[in-house]
Amino acid sequence: MTVAKEMRVVKDVTCPFCGVTCDDLEVHVEDGKIRDVKNACVLGKDTFLHHLEGLATPRIDGKPASIEACIEAAADILARAKYPLIYGLDSTELHAHRKAIELADLIGANIDHTSSVCHAPSLQAVQTVGIPSCTVGEVKNRADLVIFWGANPAEAHPRHATRYSVTVKGMFTPQGRKDRTVIHIDVRRTPTSRMADTFIQIKPHSDYEVFSTLTALVNGHDLDVSEVGGVPLQEWRDLVEVMKGAKFGILYWGMGLTMTRGKYLNVVALLRLCQELNRFTKFLGAPLRGHGNVVGMAQVLTWQTGFPFAVNMSRGYPRFNPGEFSVADLLGRGEVDAALIIAADAIGNFPAKAAQHLKSIPLIAVDPKESETTKVAQVVIPAAQAAVAAEGVAYRMDHIPLPLKKVVDSPYPSDREILDRIIARVLAKRPDDGAKRAAPLPRG
Amino acid sequence: MASAIRIKGGRVYDPLHGLNGVVKDLCVEDGKIVQECHGAAEVIDATNLVILPGGVDIHTHIASPAVNAARGLRPEDHRLLCCPRKPGLRSGVGFTVPSTFTTGYLYAQLGYTTVMEAATPPIGTRHTHEELNDIPMVDKGCYLLMGNNEFILQYLKSGDLEKIKRYVAWLLHSLKGFGLKLVNPGGVEQWKYGKDVEGLDEKVNHFDVTPRQILQALTWVNEELGLPHSIHIHANRLGVPGNYQVTLETMRALEGKRVHMAHVQFHSYGGEDYVSFTSKAKEMADYINGHPNVTVDVGQVVFGDATTITADGPWQYRLHKLTKNKWYNLDVEVETGSGIVPYTYREKNYVNALQWAIGLETFLLIKDPWRVFLSTDHPNGGPFLYYPWIIKLLMDAEFRSQMLKRVHKRVLSHTMLPHLSREYSLYEIAIITRAGPARALGLRNKGHLGPGADADIAIYVDAKDKEEMFERAAYVLKDGKIVVRDGEVVESCPGRTIFAEVPGDDDLLTELRDKFEKYYTVEIGNFPIPLEDLPFHQAVPTGRPV
Ligand code: SF4
Ligand SMILES: [Zn+2]
Repeated sequence: MTVAKEMRVVKDVTCPFCGVTCDDLEVHVEDGKIRDVKNACVLGKDTFLHHLEGLATPRIDGKPASIEACIEAAADILARAKYPLIYGLDSTELHAHRKAIELADLIGANIDHTSSVCHAPSLQAVQTVGIPSCTVGEVKNRADLVIFWGANPAEAHPRHATRYSVTVKGMFTPQGRKDRTVIHIDVRRTPTSRMADTFIQIKPHSDYEVFSTLTALVNGHDLDVSEVGGVPLQEWRDLVEVMKGAKFGILYWGMGLTMTRGKYLNVVALLRLCQELNRFTKFLGAPLRGHGNVVGMAQVLTWQTGFPFAVNMSRGYPRFNPGEFSVADLLGRGEVDAALIIAADAIGNFPAKAAQHLKSIPLIAVDPKESETTKVAQVVIPAAQAAVAAEGVAYRMDHIPLPLKKVVDSPYPSDREILDRIIARVLAKRPDDGAKRAAPLPRG
Repeated sequence: MASAIRIKGGRVYDPLHGLNGVVKDLCVEDGKIVQECHGAAEVIDATNLVILPGGVDIHTHIASPAVNAARGLRPEDHRLLCCPRKPGLRSGVGFTVPSTFTTGYLYAQLGYTTVMEAATPPIGTRHTHEELNDIPMVDKGCYLLMGNNEFILQYLKSGDLEKIKRYVAWLLHSLKGFGLKLVNPGGVEQWKYGKDVEGLDEKVNHFDVTPRQILQALTWVNEELGLPHSIHIHANRLGVPGNYQVTLETMRALEGKRVHMAHVQFHSYGGEDYVSFTSKAKEMADYINGHPNVTVDVGQVVFGDATTITADGPWQYRLHKLTKNKWYNLDVEVETGSGIVPYTYREKNYVNALQWAIGLETFLLIKDPWRVFLSTDHPNGGPFLYYPWIIKLLMDAEFRSQMLKRVHKRVLSHTMLPHLSREYSLYEIAIITRAGPARALGLRNKGHLGPGADADIAIYVDAKDKEEMFERAAYVLKDGKIVVRDGEVVESCPGRTIFAEVPGDDDLLTELRDKFEKYYTVEIGNFPIPLEDLPFHQAVPTGRPV
């Protein structure tokens, strides 16, 4: 006799892989295994189809151990540490973010996440001048000019163009692609150039200069030079006319601006340009963000501590200082004496010096899969993968939160549960004598 | 019973029951106020202390995508107030845009136990609720932004009021909203192409409807649904000289209907520009005094740092242009906009000083305290931490005249403030900060101390200096538990999220699914927020006349 197979289709599934955060996936599950994924791009599909490959196993000092023992060992390390670091958190969800910050508050840790090494300069630029921006649906419904600058969404955010920004039809863009002018500006051609009507190739490291030039032109100044950034001035003059003539323009930027010379100053110059253009038309800007749910971590950290990344709790209250409390700097200077890396591969992605320091201190890795970090960690705790085997909330690149579903079961606990259990064990070890001072009230 | 408390010998101010400083014992059992404690009860000796219901803030901005963006935008602001972790409590920062836990603690220290987030975009309401979940100590709710919703504008264009009603009900039900908020109706839609509306009868681009139609339709919907709170309106032309006329017109357009006008100070300006800027508080108060259907919160300005956060995108752009301060803008698909600009109110700046005076005139000229409520439109007019300072200004005419000598001198000749000798009594303060807003919100268990009320109680040490008195509550009870002692939070409690219990309407789904597909970027199935996402909640019944 054959037993009927369990078959189900889960609809409206949110993809956790990139900041496009598509929420229209259909996942086909057969006998508890994911068989097929509809509507996703290749990257999204792989996330679901290969979620069982390379799974991590619970262990302490390389030897197999129970989850409970691992949690105990992790709590031991963290309770003893004087200047610990909690880092990662891009491939997980809101409730785990909450718990990670609670743990940092409890043990006086530094807490930072992947933004710190990708779009932190964008966040700093926004703190400097603000940002005129919108949710992606506004681009879908209205944008007649879309500029991608130092970004390659065709490869990094595959469905951005079809869902939000290029071919999609919206309320006032009924003809989709035909209603939009698309421009790609970068130091080299990429597949994104092929989506564009125009590609402008600029010299490396000239972005700041080009933004300043464009802003000057927008403000009615002309320049006494023949070219800027390797491009004839006349082309920039023409671009300014296109920008001013658009009904609704948006400039998307990527890591080509944040991780090259000038860093946050590039983005400041870009944002000033967008702000100035509002004297003539609607003109907005937005970073193309998101490996996983980095945006979400920045959100939760901001509401719980006031700051979006690089937060230090060692004085009992949150302090923010990129350069001092940002992960690359803390590790580069060899300051932290223990680390919990969760839902990200730190060692696989960090510069050698930072990775070297991580290897030299008690290291805890919480991750569904094996990584360079789990390979060397003293304690490895496997987790159920958020958005596949654990539910929660993730944020899209424009700060819109979307629910994550638990599509299949995992033998392992979720990030949230692991952190919760670590917190309970740390509390048990460190009778809470935390900061004694009360929150002072300011005098009116 | 372990959860029983007897508060002995305090002077009780409970305006709903006409108690004006009556010395009386209060009994609390199982989180409620009761006639008499059964059996043993913990005793709070309140001799010489003043007892009020817990404070109710009808209009504040403490949790929303825009509020969080403001936190992220202003690291420089957070250093002004650092709140270290304590056992059982979380750390955080102030000042104008405090982190979530700190927000709850600071409100509680002032004696507030219920606060209403006044603006959340529907698509961002999942975020708003998650933030509210992290604001302890207080009960809370949120108003959904509706005044520029493109589906509503489309239905309005085709004259389908019934559809609007069903759609609004679906939104409230799906998103666990407490009320309806209109911000610059029509104007924020215009802003999506960089424009604004000037008056109530200007047509909104592409939709062929006017602000007046939007106001009237949604006010009708609000009453048809029998929501506990009236429609909550941030009128057109906020902050703009001469805007009092559009404010008056807005109220006239809704004559006879329950209506709450938000932060009315920002809408009571005369003059043609900021040089000829004048107060029209008198004209506004005259209208309000004659129209019992209207309630207002003031949006009092306090001097010092503020962060302006509003869905009124075009106004924020204007403020950015005026101040050159940093400017954040986020237009939200289908629904609304939002903007943030840091701002500092200065005593010696004529416009700021006049704004300060207009707020006080509004408090002092509106005769019925049941219809004017304390707010700073936190943090737009300044942080809620200054409520005690405002109370002192209202209760102490001498303090007011001292302040008048400090501020820009044209205020003396350009407002009625120097001639207003009225001083609020404690009883009246209890109305404008407790009983009044609770009644306007339709929260029957809040804002009073009668049997059956939630045991949300604030106890103060009476002092001549009313700022000192209200700055630190001697005790605060939340749901019958002592959570504040001597102005310090001693125990955290989660507080409940309050929402209006509107029946769902799944018949509309097919039509909405199509609209979502065309105009939104999220699946309709991912839009509603399940009740499980609000671990502590309370539904407030609708449909009954309040
Ligand atoms: S575009 Fe991004 S979110 Fe969408 S399916 Fe691909 S990887 Fe997932
Ligand atoms: Zn407001």
